[in-house]
Amino acid sequence: MARNKEAVVLLLDVGPSMHSVLSEVESVCSMLVQKKLIFGKSDEVGVVLLGTDDTCNELQKEVGGYEHIVVLRNISVVDGNAVDFLQNLPRGNFRGDFIDAIVVGIDLLIKKFGPTNKGKQRICLMTDARYPIKAPYEGTKEDQVNTISQMMQTHGIRLDCIVIREKLPEADLRVMEENDNLLDQFSRKAIAKIVHVDSSTSLLGALKTRNISPVTVFRGDLELSSTMKIKVWVYKKTSEEKFPTLKKYSDKAPSSDKFATYEVKVDYEYKSMEDPDKVVPPEQRIRGYRYGPQVVPISSAEWEAVKFKPEKGVKLLGFTDASNILRHYYMKDVYIFVPEPGNKKAIVAVSAIARAMKDMNKSAILRCVWRQGQGNVVIGVLRPNISSVDNIPDSFYFNVLPFVEDVREFQFPSFSSFPSSWQPNEQQQEAADNLVKMLDLAPSSKEVLQPDYTPNPVLERFYHFLELKSKQPDADVPPLDGSLKRITEPNPAVFSHHKSVIDNFCKNFELKENPKKKKSSKRAWRGKPSTFSEKEEGVDGEASDIQSSNLMKDSSNINVEKIGNLNPVQDFEAMMARRDSSKWVSKAIKDMQNHVSDLLENSYDGDAYSKAIECLVALRKGCILEQEPKEFNRYLLGLYEKWKDTDLANFFELLSSKSLTLISQKEASDSNVTEEEAKNFPVKTELKF
Amino acid sequence: MDLDPEGLFRDDSDSESEFYREKDSTKEFVVYLVDASPKMFGAARSDEDEKPETHFHAAINCISQSLMAQIIGRSYDEVAVCFFNTKEKKNLQDLNGVYVFNVMDRECLDRPTARLIKELSYVEDTFMSNIGSRYGIVSGSRENSLYNALWVAQALLRKGSAKSVSKRILLFTNEDDPFGSITGATKTDMIRMTLQRAKDTQDLGISIELLPLSWPDEEFNVSIFYAELLGLEGDDISQFLPSAGEILEDMTDQLRKRMFKKRKVKTIRFSIANDICIEVNTYALIRPTSPGQIMWLDSVTNLPLKTERSFICADTGALVQEPHTYFHPYKNEIIKFSMDELSKIKNISDGQLHLLGFKPLDCLKDYHNLRPSTFIFPTDEEIVGSTRIFIALHRSMLRFQRFALAFYGSLYHPQLVALVAQDEITSSSGQVEPPGMHMIYLPYSDDIRHVEELHMAVDANAPRATDDQIKKASALSRRIDLKDFSVCQFANPALQRHYGILQALALGEDEMPEIKDETLPDEEGLSRPGIVRALQEFKISVYGENHDQEEANTAAAKGSGSEASRKRKAMAETAARESASYDWADLAENGKLKDLTVVELKYYLTAHNLPVTGKKEALISRILTHLGK
Repeated sequence: MARNKEAVVLLLDVGPSMHSVLSEVESVCSMLVQKKLIFGKSDEVGVVLLGTDDTCNELQKEVGGYEHIVVLRNISVVDGNAVDFLQNLPRGNFRGDFIDAIVVGIDLLIKKFGPTNKGKQRICLMTDARYPIKAPYEGTKEDQVNTISQMMQTHGIRLDCIVIREKLPEADLRVMEENDNLLDQFSRKAIAKIVHVDSSTSLLGALKTRNISPVTVFRGDLELSSTMKIKVWVYKKTSEEKFPTLKKYSDKAPSSDKFATYEVKVDYEYKSMEDPDKVVPPEQRIRGYRYGPQVVPISSAEWEAVKFKPEKGVKLLGFTDASNILRHYYMKDVYIFVPEPGNKKAIVAVSAIARAMKDMNKSAILRCVWRQGQGNVVIGVLRPNISSVDNIPDSFYFNVLPFVEDVREFQFPSFSSFPSSWQPNEQQQEAADNLVKMLDLAPSSKEVLQPDYTPNPVLERFYHFLELKSKQPDADVPPLDGSLKRITEPNPAVFSHHKSVIDNFCKNFELKENPKKKKSSKRAWRGKPSTFSEKEEGVDGEASDIQSSNLMKDSSNINVEKIGNLNPVQDFEAMMARRDSSKWVSKAIKDMQNHVSDLLENSYDGDAYSKAIECLVALRKGCILEQEPKEFNRYLLGLYEKWKDTDLANFFELLSSKSLTLISQKEASDSNVTEEEAKNFPVKTELKF
Repeated sequence: MDLDPEGLFRDDSDSESEFYREKDSTKEFVVYLVDASPKMFGAARSDEDEKPETHFHAAINCISQSLMAQIIGRSYDEVAVCFFNTKEKKNLQDLNGVYVFNVMDRECLDRPTARLIKELSYVEDTFMSNIGSRYGIVSGSRENSLYNALWVAQALLRKGSAKSVSKRILLFTNEDDPFGSITGATKTDMIRMTLQRAKDTQDLGISIELLPLSWPDEEFNVSIFYAELLGLEGDDISQFLPSAGEILEDMTDQLRKRMFKKRKVKTIRFSIANDICIEVNTYALIRPTSPGQIMWLDSVTNLPLKTERSFICADTGALVQEPHTYFHPYKNEIIKFSMDELSKIKNISDGQLHLLGFKPLDCLKDYHNLRPSTFIFPTDEEIVGSTRIFIALHRSMLRFQRFALAFYGSLYHPQLVALVAQDEITSSSGQVEPPGMHMIYLPYSDDIRHVEELHMAVDANAPRATDDQIKKASALSRRIDLKDFSVCQFANPALQRHYGILQALALGEDEMPEIKDETLPDEEGLSRPGIVRALQEFKISVYGENHDQEEANTAAAKGSGSEASRKRKAMAETAARESASYDWADLAENGKLKDLTVVELKYYLTAHNLPVTGKKEALISRILTHLGK
């Protein structure tokens, strides 16, 4: 049995008030199971539903009661079926009793493990806790919670509870308060954590989907001086969960080979410059460090002898005003210093310093060498973390600070030195003030998109796709889920709520493209280093398509005044859509015609054809929309007349194959071309105008 | 060693390195043009007892420091050092008053070497005897040392195309009126010539930058002559701040900062609302400096080795092409992904920065951090009006103490970010914090660990400090106060040591340099009676009177008490006893070790404190190594 194997019972409320968030519940739970399938293959999962139409649990059979609770899956080792179950939860029509459900969950765990596996059993409850629970047969609800907590404690079961309340139309506040109090009682009497979330996005982030056994970075003394030391343990507080490393695939294995790994090994060979066929064995290799044009060879033994070898230890350098350390100097992921567990003196000492620092708004500077033999030292800032929960001791956060060598002191002009045309005027400043004030993501302490409850959209998407592919190997990458879009894009609800503020802001500021810079703009539009984009374009046609569609969105943001070479179609559409003056439509049409002509004129061996066709399609569409069919027809015929006898003639064949015809009367009433005639273009061109 | 030359598929560790590596596509050629007139050797600070500091010294100091940084970070850049207003002359054109400084094995404009840095830092000692100083532009002579200097510098920069290389001349001088000593037609003529020379140089794509040094009581007036030479107009002149300062160190600091060429990481779009999208440049102001990449050498010839990579099918052993398909095992199956699909998964946004809203600064917690921040500064280069919007938002955010929450949809690493507005901070040594916004990369819920909950006490409250204890801690923190702590006041001792060793080895010196570790606590300061008393009071307050005694007791109890350690001790004793009964040397000599059992072999290993893991062969070879066979 794996040492860290964990057993989880998911208690999921599927009652009527939960239906709106059930799809998120499904996805967060299947994510949990999926990650277990990868990282914790021997973990066990059980699923219990409450609020179902039926009842199916052992307690009901044994003692009665416990209605509308269904054990969907008994506790067993994770498998693909669990994901299927969780992705297709039934919708119930009854109000579930979450206390009953907890009892059923505990019962499952006790029956399965008895007194073993303590501390590795978890119950995960997801509910909106909106309806009153039944009164117990004897005693109060509080007593009942106490008894259950006691039982959980004896069996080493912990409770994670996620209370989901999106909006509360006709909710009974009194009931919810009672329920919340009952749940909070768990966190006092047993190891339990209650989390409240108010949006489907934070629901996706509220459940820890992967168990990582915490490892201390350092255990030992925090030395205030040589005589005063505090025993602390240091852990990582944040650490990035990386995109899974995928293996390279080889299809060389014969299909009969059952044990094929399909892996590809990468082999490195070091060869001498003089004799490219000679492989230099590892023992004949030596590290070289660049120093200007010179390369200095140093063997690892030599290096070991001379390198910097600080003594292990965490020492205080002193305290300083918190304002001396600006937030952007934090260099890395964050550590947490907790007092040695169970050591009352250490807990009090940490608490005293943390609270003093908090009161005086101070930070402490530390020098840390976590391990003996570590080749460098770390300078960082210690910040107080005052615990808001009674049974958790106070602690410190520790952030690494840069050394002199790590900082580039670039000089930037002062904003005040900019010309007045770059400075906002009073009215503009007011518009900006309003925007910053109104576009508030943390109104009255209801903060949205808290990092603590925000899932990683890329990972969500990857695991979702992985599951999809296991069933449908040729599936396409699914689009980003609506709840995840709340992370990557502004929330339209918030933006439309503050529409007047935003409109006012937009009205006050004018942006236009720098006309002098037209040519080089291609690079900047892409928003990434050009070297990369060019590489990607070559192979990854898809990606560049996505890019160009972004481009379209971009420039419609600014008022386009002419058609550029980069995105003619989009410029054209933007101009046609301009409503500030009627001249734009005719100008757009004129410009587009010129653009197409230019394209064709400069075309070599048909290389510009596809572009020209794109433009013509846009032009045609635009002319139909704006009821300007004659403009288009005249132009197209003109083109034909001009080039029908040249080597561009094949372009017109292409046109008919793309059904790019003249605009007929049917499409635009102003046209004097019949449908028949339109179809026959360019074969039959003897039309009179 | 580029292992993924196409850069098509990078997993996170690669993109990480991409993030930390500064992107620089262009090389840089720099000519340091240092005025060596007697005026530069005048004392800039009249200290009574100390050796007077000169502007010349400040300039040399800056150049040495910057070369030192460059040799490690950007050693492909090429530099030349050139003095003007000298007695001696040394230059290809044989012009008077210009001396190109160089050392062995190096062209005049070349990559910096260890020797160049070393000799340059000592140049002052022998400057007067070897090179000499005198005014180059004096009345009655038609010599024009400034003109000559620009000509020489331009000639030095002749190599390399202006397209692929950025070429700069950095001019250090404290003379704001180089033609002040002459008058009349000669003067106008010489000024005209010099300006023409400068213009020609600039037309060739070489930029001339002025690093003026000024006297405490007399500011360097750029508009007398240099404004025209540099092509400054109107507002530019007022923006041009001469490095002045009461203290020469401050001035050195300013010069050093100004010598950096600002390198942006990239230009990105910042979409604020429906149809407002501005443009900003991003800069990596803070990134950990690493000791630099290593390369493998042949230890016999010391020549670099070529790394060749090949792909081998693990099942058949066949050599394969680099695969374009990747897989992840899942549910006992192999799920394949094409690179295209992977990039689509990661591509959740469009490379832009999207404003989501604003939050009060206290929503940004101390643990909301993953990586070094990125600085953003507006640019009007492509979209006119960007700066105005940026400034307006910047001001409002500072005024309301709010940060902007945004989504940065970069292709490698799309992330939620906090944009924190930073007001400009200046001091006597110039700009300390530039105005702009810092982009702080926020963690996702999966990146945050709830370690503090691990040691949650059940049904019992965790002890908290009493008010008195907190008061004692406050007193202590007031005592041990680092008043003017600034974030990057420490040099990284490991790096300093590393570079020190490299420099010594590169110069063929035997002596290894001693590096002072500035990061150690100030023991002397900590032993001041006031601090010792505060510490003692705090200690008694939180630990009680007899803490040390109690500690000693528990330590003693632990030493003899703990079961595990007793067992370990007993085992070691047995092993030592058993081990003594074998003649290990003899067994090894006759190859009989393999006849012993693993248990027997382990006696030896345990007795000699060696690891006991591994297969029998490993144990035997470990014993043999230990016996010295």
